[in-house]
Amino acid sequence: MTNATIFVVIALLGLFAFVAVRQRSVALVSGATDQLHSLPRYHGYYAAVVVSLPSLLVLLLWVTTGKLIVENLILSGLPQETVAANAERIDLLINRIRLVAENGSAIETDETILSAATRFNSLYQQGVAATLALAVGIAAAGYFYATNKVGRKFRARARYEQVLLVLLAVSSFVAIGITIGIVASLIFESLRFFQQVPIAEFVFGLKWSPQTALRVDQIAAEGSFGAVPLFAGTFLISFVAMCVAGPIGLLSAIYLTQYAGPALRGFAKPLLEILAGIPTVVYGFFAALTVAPMLRNHGAVFGLDVASESALAAGLVMGIMIIPFVSSLSDDAITAVPDSMKQGSLALGATPAETIARVIIPAALPGIISSFLLAISRAVGETMIVVMAAGMRPNLTANPLEAVTTVTVQIVALLTGDQEFNSAKTLSAFALGLALFLTTLVFNIFALRLVRRYRQVYE
Amino acid sequence: MNDNDEHMPPAMQQVDWASPQMKARLNRRYWMDRLFRGLGLSAVAAATLFLIVLLGNIIQTGVSGFFQTSIEIDVSFDASILPDPALPRSEFSQAVAQVNMQRILRQALLEKFPDVKARGDVVRLTRLLSSGARSQLRSLVVRSPNIVGTTIPVQLLASDEVDQAVKGNIDVSLPEENRKLKNKEVGWLSLLQSENRVSLNFHPRFITSGDSREPELVGVWGAVVGSALTLLVTLLTAFPIGLAAAIYLEEFAPRNRLTTIIEININNLAAVPSIVFGLLGLAFFLGAVGMARSAPLVGGLTLALLSLPTIIISARAAITAVPQSIRDAARGLGASPMQVAFHHVVPQAMPGILTGTIIGMSRALGESAPLLMIGMVAFIVDVPTGIDDPATVLPVQIFLWADSPERAFIEKTSAAIMVLLFFLISMNGIAIWLRQKFERNW
Repeated sequence: MTNATIFVVIALLGLFAFVAVRQRSVALVSGATDQLHSLPRYHGYYAAVVVSLPSLLVLLLWVTTGKLIVENLILSGLPQETVAANAERIDLLINRIRLVAENGSAIETDETILSAATRFNSLYQQGVAATLALAVGIAAAGYFYATNKVGRKFRARARYEQVLLVLLAVSSFVAIGITIGIVASLIFESLRFFQQVPIAEFVFGLKWSPQTALRVDQIAAEGSFGAVPLFAGTFLISFVAMCVAGPIGLLSAIYLTQYAGPALRGFAKPLLEILAGIPTVVYGFFAALTVAPMLRNHGAVFGLDVASESALAAGLVMGIMIIPFVSSLSDDAITAVPDSMKQGSLALGATPAETIARVIIPAALPGIISSFLLAISRAVGETMIVVMAAGMRPNLTANPLEAVTTVTVQIVALLTGDQEFNSAKTLSAFALGLALFLTTLVFNIFALRLVRRYRQVYE
Repeated sequence: MNDNDEHMPPAMQQVDWASPQMKARLNRRYWMDRLFRGLGLSAVAAATLFLIVLLGNIIQTGVSGFFQTSIEIDVSFDASILPDPALPRSEFSQAVAQVNMQRILRQALLEKFPDVKARGDVVRLTRLLSSGARSQLRSLVVRSPNIVGTTIPVQLLASDEVDQAVKGNIDVSLPEENRKLKNKEVGWLSLLQSENRVSLNFHPRFITSGDSREPELVGVWGAVVGSALTLLVTLLTAFPIGLAAAIYLEEFAPRNRLTTIIEININNLAAVPSIVFGLLGLAFFLGAVGMARSAPLVGGLTLALLSLPTIIISARAAITAVPQSIRDAARGLGASPMQVAFHHVVPQAMPGILTGTIIGMSRALGESAPLLMIGMVAFIVDVPTGIDDPATVLPVQIFLWADSPERAFIEKTSAAIMVLLFFLISMNGIAIWLRQKFERNW
């Protein structure tokens, strides 16, 4: 029996309640439904909601917390010496137990773990059974409540709509919940990281080599967690990208709004949008397999030593990707400039170019700057292109021909493959994630605020 | 008048527009304008060119990924090695599964090339064929048991190196030590080619099978199914919640501080890097809730978090576009606010909402960074059958293949990209069609 079965059971109970209570309301007035305050189907909806919603909440609670509860039960039931022996790596122990519980005992030999895994499975099954019993019990109570409520004067529609309104409101709070979840999980894991590594080292340290000793007695190179080279690499690549996307995006926006006829505009605008719709993994492949070797070969012709994973290759391709971010937002900003200003300038004898440079761009500047900021934020957070085309080795340099690594590359490198949740190495990825989130947030807030303030001026 | 003339600023003085200086100045200004215009046009052209080069490059390398080289070999299905075809069907196929097909293959190849004797050469000779050739033979025997005891020509898959040489991707004029395919193999291959035994055919396996370590055996079907399951989860969670949130914010929410915070929050969420959503998925779904790694369920939920802001924003835009008069008319006829929303506003806005949702889904389809965080990068051969099976998705499959060292994976990666772009173009095409078919100017 699984959680999915419980869900189906609850759904069927809700359906049953709808049909039964609807019938009951019709029978109550012997078919003369105009004597009811609410239509029969609203009596049915109301009953279905009363029956299934609380049970679904119980199920949700079980699905999200069930395994944790069982884990804690197992942990308290383990022999003292096992817990004491593994005090440092308690989550590793739990992982082993869960692995056996889910996949069978093929690889495990430890008796305590085997019995704990059996206990895990039986406790979990008990939990599922208890949840089902509770859900059905609550549903039954709800059913009796709803059937008793049915009556000529009962305002079933109003009650049902109240519940619906609450559901709609809760859905809109989900967005806030996501933000809170992001911030909470990043901060929580980062705090654990900063317990092991001082925050000053992370923010100001110039050396990034996330190695930690696996065992206490191991003599390994002490890891260092200075994020400066990563951010330097990130901004170097973003800078190269903006050198491509900035001029091309802005000039395209100007051309398409000021010079191009409707036919060209209708053709070229969606074409630029396609650039934004191509998956980043495709750009990454293009950068790594086509652009990087090409740059390397051409660089050799001019006597330049271009690294095979140069910041230039990743940056150029990323620049192509963010052209539409610059162009479409700049386009909006330029289009929003009142036509009277443009006409006034032209009427005074300025050429179109002069009008654009002296009137339209200054007027649209906040919007253009915000489009640049959003594009930079996109470049800073971009992952796949740099994972595939940029290097792995931290390198504090301003030379785009060398290989650099970025924040996102390191996050991916730290978190793919085997991981243990307690080491500074894994936790540092969350600290990097937090730093990345805050960086992009500053760009975004600044950009969105600029746009909003600017709109108020002209509307 | 004379007084005034002296105090006039220089610009206001009479200008002789016909003077050569002024003409030159005017020309310079017009020339600047043309330059500016040319710069703009070349920017648009450059962006278009990038797009064409990118897509052209992918298609150019990718098309051959759909084709695969086969070699025709006369195979004698030795009755002394193979089981008796008179056996009952199930027993027969079980017995065939036990047979060492490599032996039959080696015999067939040695009959073709009788002068190959040295042990190393024999191994090299068998490497002309893919390791999948054995299972090809096996399924052939199982399908038609009566070939046991006969010798018939069979089309067998060539190895990836041979395939690359046939496609011209390996330069055989390079020094021998610089290529994997040695001179002897090239010699055998050209002998086979001269007898018209080597053919390049469309390779349905690339569409219908799962991942493999061998480039000639890989297929995208596992990743396509994984993507479909993941998107299904995303759609089933993000669409109802996003729609409900949009309805609430547009139709019911009071204009207060909290609503403003929600709106700002949604706009900011839309610009959060996707990898951060992956970190959230890792910490919450895998860490706190304890869901299974690598499964479409977790991947879909993570992508749902990612596409929720997009869906809410586009659904709100579609709902705002429904004219107030419809709401007023429904209210006037006695509908409750909830009935107005669900019976009138949402149905009218549905084409717009669906368009936005499809675009959001197509973004989710191309997304890979957050899925790397939640472990959807495993090497998975089996095609997933449920949302809790380990699976991979198309973009991640592309990422994995792009990382593989074999030369033959380049064309496979490009071909997989073509499959991905096909789905993206179809989805966006549907979105555009929906928009044009149902677009209404109120």
